[in-house]
Amino acid sequence: MKLHEYQAKAIFARYGIAVPDGSLAHTADEAATATANFGGRAAVKAQVHAGGRGLAGGVKVVGSPDEAGSFAGGLLGSRLVTNQTDAGGVPVESVLVEALADIGSEMYVAVTMDRDHRGPVVIASAGGGTSIEQLAAENPDAIITEPVDPVLELMPYQCRRMATRLGLSGSALRDAAGVLATLYRIFVEHDCSLVEVNPLIVTSDGAIMALDAKMDVEDDALFRHADLQQLRDRNQEDALEAEAADGDIAYVSLDGSVGCLVNGAGLAMATLDVANAAGAAPANFLDVGGGATDEKVAKAVGIILSDPKVDRVLVNVFGGILRCDVAARGITMAYEEHQAQQPLIVRMLGTNLEEGKSILAGSGLNVTFADTLTEVTAALSATQPGA
Amino acid sequence: MGILLNEQSRVLVQGITGREGSFHARACKDYGTQLVAGVTPGRGGQLFDDVVPVFDSVEEAVDATQANVSLIFVPPPFAPDAIAESVDAGIPLIACITEGIPVHDMVGLYRYVQANPVRLIGPNCPGMINPGAHCKVGIMPGNIHMPGRVGVVSRSGTLTYEAVGQLTGQGIGQSSCVGIGGDPIIGSSFIDILRLYNDDPDTDLVVFIGEIGGNMEQQAAEFIGSAEFTKPVCSLIVGATAPSGKRMGHAGAIITGESATAESKIRSLERAGARIIPTPADIGETVAAALVESGLGA
Repeated sequence: MKLHEYQAKAIFARYGIAVPDGSLAHTADEAATATANFGGRAAVKAQVHAGGRGLAGGVKVVGSPDEAGSFAGGLLGSRLVTNQTDAGGVPVESVLVEALADIGSEMYVAVTMDRDHRGPVVIASAGGGTSIEQLAAENPDAIITEPVDPVLELMPYQCRRMATRLGLSGSALRDAAGVLATLYRIFVEHDCSLVEVNPLIVTSDGAIMALDAKMDVEDDALFRHADLQQLRDRNQEDALEAEAADGDIAYVSLDGSVGCLVNGAGLAMATLDVANAAGAAPANFLDVGGGATDEKVAKAVGIILSDPKVDRVLVNVFGGILRCDVAARGITMAYEEHQAQQPLIVRMLGTNLEEGKSILAGSGLNVTFADTLTEVTAALSATQPGA
Repeated sequence: MGILLNEQSRVLVQGITGREGSFHARACKDYGTQLVAGVTPGRGGQLFDDVVPVFDSVEEAVDATQANVSLIFVPPPFAPDAIAESVDAGIPLIACITEGIPVHDMVGLYRYVQANPVRLIGPNCPGMINPGAHCKVGIMPGNIHMPGRVGVVSRSGTLTYEAVGQLTGQGIGQSSCVGIGGDPIIGSSFIDILRLYNDDPDTDLVVFIGEIGGNMEQQAAEFIGSAEFTKPVCSLIVGATAPSGKRMGHAGAIITGESATAESKIRSLERAGARIIPTPADIGETVAAALVESGLGA
């Protein structure tokens, strides 16, 4: 789950990390007033769950309350398309208006979970502002990494070493080391998969300040963070993905037209590959999970059918815990409810297979059965619209 | 012989009275697994299905039944405790099926497991099976397997069943099948399992199924290409068509950089001399061809 910048900054501030004075605005007037309060100059930043805001026109330094109002007015209610969103973009429902900071130098710092290290790592670079992905591609040696030992946790000397390598000295070195230690604490105490500050700045009078703040909280850990659950902004999420997540269904929207219902993440990915190899681009990734009931299958099929791109539905279920008759009942329930006509290609294996097949065969739906993935490929070609 | 499991495997199920735990404990037992105990705190003294004793703790279960394998179906908030309890009781082999354990909880637990004489498979995995020994410690459908000499290792559940189904369909039996799990931090890596297959005299060829995300497949490819590893490998990498930055079900399956892509993984495996399985529909045929080519027959 992603947090908004203003939410993450509130957490930073609570932990004693300096952030610019800021005020959240939901209207152009509020943005203008906030700018006036900051002396007539401010940074106005769209609050969306996507990086690349600056390049996409979602951030502007304004020189007057009027300018703030007109910039915020243009953003609010619109959808921002960045290089990290799909073509539909994400809705801008608020902007953060911040007092301008006096930037001496910029740095990039982040804490994330590293799979190779099997634990947290702190990452930093003296080149702030640009994306770490770009930096990693162009100048990987400029990236400083400190793996954290989970027993010792992040040690002060590691923070000082990073600060030194970032080119800092004196009180800025000590303060930056303190900020790194605090960011690590925020990362651990909020079960984050990422805490990122880009840029972390040294102001011209030597203070360390977080100009941006990004926090991703691990979904699997939300059960023990009732406070963070309240910060979820569903409007920033893909509507179907959010609906699926509520039903404990893993769903990712894709660009093609073949709706896919699969149990198991690995098989679901394999099914996408099979469909693509057959020249039939999938409309989605969907893992309905192992112990699904007919209601859950129906919900999953319903989500697939509410995507207007879907012209066919491919079911690939390896029945173990999920019985084939249960899957079949779920499918027919959803088709009935949505009064859907899209052809079905069904490949089921395992428990209660014959019963599952007979339920679908007797449903009046347009069903092509396949026994193997090779037959799935053939059926996809045969049902290609226009074929 | 196969790996991890054998005729001496004595299995206890943690969470045996839960919905999933009881269903799968029964399925394992029906397959032929020696299910010797169950553990559910507070249910000690009961019998599961009239025959399997249930204990309050793993320690008591081990004392009473000499269980040497633990299969865990405990919900995510309590699963790390269940794993640690089995390690502490001296169980040498643990499979944790539980999906959704917070990664932060696995960080310390991984170190604890490494520091002890125990092998952990998972979490978020289907477990493992040895068809020749009639021993199944996991959630895979037993009936699709047949005894034989091909080892299977994968991150996932149903995709492993798909592979096994295709192998059995070609008349190719399995020495063992292991699903190591789809989470970012798991107890055993591909290399750990490949090493076991390499040392197993009853495994002729290994089917290695990887996914997008991370670089565990590249590390495995390096091992496969090394002089130490001596067996033919057929490999499938899934997720070639997944978009970057999106989590594809498995927490681990997310493309976050060049090395995490399917293409990069396939290239590494090709360089290591593995035979690439072109699409998920070609697993059985590719392995059959590889066996013939290696002079092992099909």
